[in-house]
Amino acid sequence: MRKFVDLHLCPSIENLDQVENMVKKSSELGYHIVGISLPPDIKRDEISQLQKICRDSKTDLVTRVDFTPKTRRELLNNLRRFRRRFEVISVICTSKTIARQAAKDRRVDILSFPSTDPRGRFFDDAEAELASKALSSFEIDITLLLSSKGFSRVRLLSCLRKEVAIAKKFRVPVVISSGATCEHLMRGPHDYASLAFLFNVTPSLALRALSEDPLAMVERNRGKLSPDYVVEGVRIIRRKNDCLDV
Amino acid sequence: MRRRYLALRVVSEQPVSQRDITSAFWNTLLQLFGEYGASQVGFGLIDYNPQKGEAIVRCSHKALEMVRASIASITEINEKPATLHVIGVSGTLRALRKKALS
Repeated sequence: MRKFVDLHLCPSIENLDQVENMVKKSSELGYHIVGISLPPDIKRDEISQLQKICRDSKTDLVTRVDFTPKTRRELLNNLRRFRRRFEVISVICTSKTIARQAAKDRRVDILSFPSTDPRGRFFDDAEAELASKALSSFEIDITLLLSSKGFSRVRLLSCLRKEVAIAKKFRVPVVISSGATCEHLMRGPHDYASLAFLFNVTPSLALRALSEDPLAMVERNRGKLSPDYVVEGVRIIRRKNDCLDV
Repeated sequence: MRRRYLALRVVSEQPVSQRDITSAFWNTLLQLFGEYGASQVGFGLIDYNPQKGEAIVRCSHKALEMVRASIASITEINEKPATLHVIGVSGTLRALRKKALS
């Protein structure tokens, strides 16, 4: 059975009732793994609380942080400080310089472009080529589509169509997530797949963007964050006490 | 004409009538696909149970993706937040009732 992933829930972390309701709703809608956008300075016991909420709803929590850096240096500093604390790192690209730096840095998992204005979106061929080499994914938040109307939605759909074609050309994984701030903006994975039809994503590709692609990213990062990880392709399988005497 | 039947769950803070669902659907469909697209859909609301918040709608099998996209795009009914979730799709009403609404 396919495991569906919604990597971007944005409840208010202070309001634990809202978090609980949204996680419960995710589970009802058929998601097995949910990513909650967390503040970088969150404490360990707050994360444990969220993990408990998710466990009670039979979902798996992915810790995620979204950075909106203004300069290249700020991005690099954030990555250095927080990479090992969160399972998924997303960069909200508000300028071309940031977008390029984020795309070529292997510590960035997700590139996000929240603007509905084509001039505020920087996912072009050059960006996709860098992202493809660095294994970053291109994220599409469906909330942006649901909450926009009229001409702004027309522009957004046109941009998404172009960007999805570029992502396909350079084999950049596409991740479709909700970006929901409340329960009313949450939909099931098959509903998201049908919304992806609006920007020329086939149902099979859309379902992959809701399951296999984000799942691969989460598993890869969990492997890297595990204490047994040494470098790519090398990990500890047994420690001193577990080894047999030879 | 081959058809598809969809079972929907209506989630809204206020009571919603059959007419409200139909008009919300048509408004969204017209916004997304225009009059030309809407003319190909063959949409009809077959059954609605306001107590359970469950509805069954019908459409042409060729327009299934358009209908699903329109249903998922509905964010409000009567200017109040509302959501329609597709809980099942089938080629016959009997199979749909067995599969999704049992």
